[in-house]
Amino acid sequence: MSLEVNITKKLDGFTLRAEFTAGSTATALLGASGCGKSMTLRCIAGIVKPDAGRIVLDGRVLFDSEQHIDLPPQQRGVGLLFQNYALFPNMTVEQNILCGLKAEKDKAVRRERCAEMLRAMRLEALAKRCPAQLSGGQQQRTALARILVGRPRILMLDEPFSALDSYLREEVESEVGSLLAGFDGTALLVTHNRDEAYRLCREMAVMDGGRVLRTGTTKEVFADPQSITAARLTGCKNILPCTRVDAHTVRLTGWDAPLRLAAEVPEHCTAVGIRAHDLAPCAPGAQNALPVKAVSSSENPFDWNLIFLAPDGTTRLWWKVSKATLGAAAPAAPQCFAAAPESIMPLV
Amino acid sequence: MDWYPLWNSLRIALISCAAVFFLGIFAAYHIAKLPRTVKGVLDVVLTLPMVLPPTVVGYFLLLLFGAKRPVGIFFMEQFGVKLVMNWYSAIFASIVVAFPLMYRTARGAFESFDETLAWSAQTLGQSNSWIFWRVRMPYCRQGILAGTVLAFARALGEYGATSMIAGYTPGKTATIATTVYQLWRTNDEAGAMRWVLVDIAISAVVLLAVNLLEKKQKAGGRK
Repeated sequence: MSLEVNITKKLDGFTLRAEFTAGSTATALLGASGCGKSMTLRCIAGIVKPDAGRIVLDGRVLFDSEQHIDLPPQQRGVGLLFQNYALFPNMTVEQNILCGLKAEKDKAVRRERCAEMLRAMRLEALAKRCPAQLSGGQQQRTALARILVGRPRILMLDEPFSALDSYLREEVESEVGSLLAGFDGTALLVTHNRDEAYRLCREMAVMDGGRVLRTGTTKEVFADPQSITAARLTGCKNILPCTRVDAHTVRLTGWDAPLRLAAEVPEHCTAVGIRAHDLAPCAPGAQNALPVKAVSSSENPFDWNLIFLAPDGTTRLWWKVSKATLGAAAPAAPQCFAAAPESIMPLV
Repeated sequence: MDWYPLWNSLRIALISCAAVFFLGIFAAYHIAKLPRTVKGVLDVVLTLPMVLPPTVVGYFLLLLFGAKRPVGIFFMEQFGVKLVMNWYSAIFASIVVAFPLMYRTARGAFESFDETLAWSAQTLGQSNSWIFWRVRMPYCRQGILAGTVLAFARALGEYGATSMIAGYTPGKTATIATTVYQLWRTNDEAGAMRWVLVDIAISAVVLLAVNLLEKKQKAGGRK
């Protein structure tokens, strides 16, 4: 089970050049809005025709501009969940699900599989309702049921949680998570939310400006995003400009002392990333010590955000500290921070 | 009282409304997908009959279908059919003037259609004609219904172009609208009033039926 995508398509403002493969695990496409992630899914589904390239799913060519192959969406066997779920408003939940069983001609089998799916997605009590009478989570379950009942070869979810109220999101996310884990085939999750990507997918691809910047297992990409954009998208708060000194040393703009890195620094390294959680207060003169001036702090329900400046006032540093209790006081602002050599990510 | 004008008006309105229903939806569906500049030009051309005086429409129709004009001669020679001054001549006039009403309302409805519904239906394996009849049309039914009613009402009330292309022959081409004018012109004010009342009654019944239909649909959706 695998998906191979290598397509180009000219869009307003940029050219989409998506190139990646996905195996039979859940793969996240992480990128800011407007970076071409949704367009990539639409190209795979056959709704939008790429200008050139090739899409192969489980050895079956869905699109190949050189061989002039362009299967219509009806023949691709893809399941695509739209951001707004795209339920047919004039049909009940049950009728919507039956729409996904177009290929099955036997009426008894259709009814049986529909009933099975209603049970599996806990929609039995809602079978006769119209989509307008359902909550966001119920609408999403209906849309997923409608897709899964047709047994697609690939499941593609386009920002599946963005239309949900935040209190519903975690609950729905855990349901979708177990569904993705149990799905027999390739699954793609398009999201701009790094936490969703991290929690739900074992593999990921980072996209920016229509290009795939980085692919790999989710853990690898978060530990070593390699590019500044990928670091930012994976939530790295401190992206500090630097100059390379040698293979394991850089000098940060704004600080005098050199910084040791465990990872090898590439020749054209222009910045390093240090996650806001990875800073630790230290005594002046310790290894990788960065003297700072405190600027401001803000309180979140479960952590504190503190902002500091480099001694010369040019560079900002974010420090995130988890709170032990909701009422925990702000931590004392240290004079100096140290970043462990293992937690500094060289970026280009 | 001779009821011929009622019967004639109704059949003209019904036939032209049916024709305009399909023509208008066809044009609206295909033009809604075109690039903006092409759409703008076609829009002007197709909407002109709505704003032009009906006599101008009648003039163009006579220019095309008249007994001594190419299309008129062709039909006369090939099928022995005279396109003007017959009861059905008024259908051409009604179609032309009612078409823009159907086309514009249907196009507005199609343009507000949520295209992701069609896309998701495609990925579910449903054919494009299924999508058109089962998803797109039900989604746009309010606009299409409104367009149909407007087109029917306009076809029923058509006077100017009709009087030019079909004239007024009692028992042959007379419609309610042309009869009202003819009776009034010949000082039969009571006769004219009778037909005015008939016309108001028909229009009221049509509008009432539409309102009831809409209410029923809304109630059905809430169940």
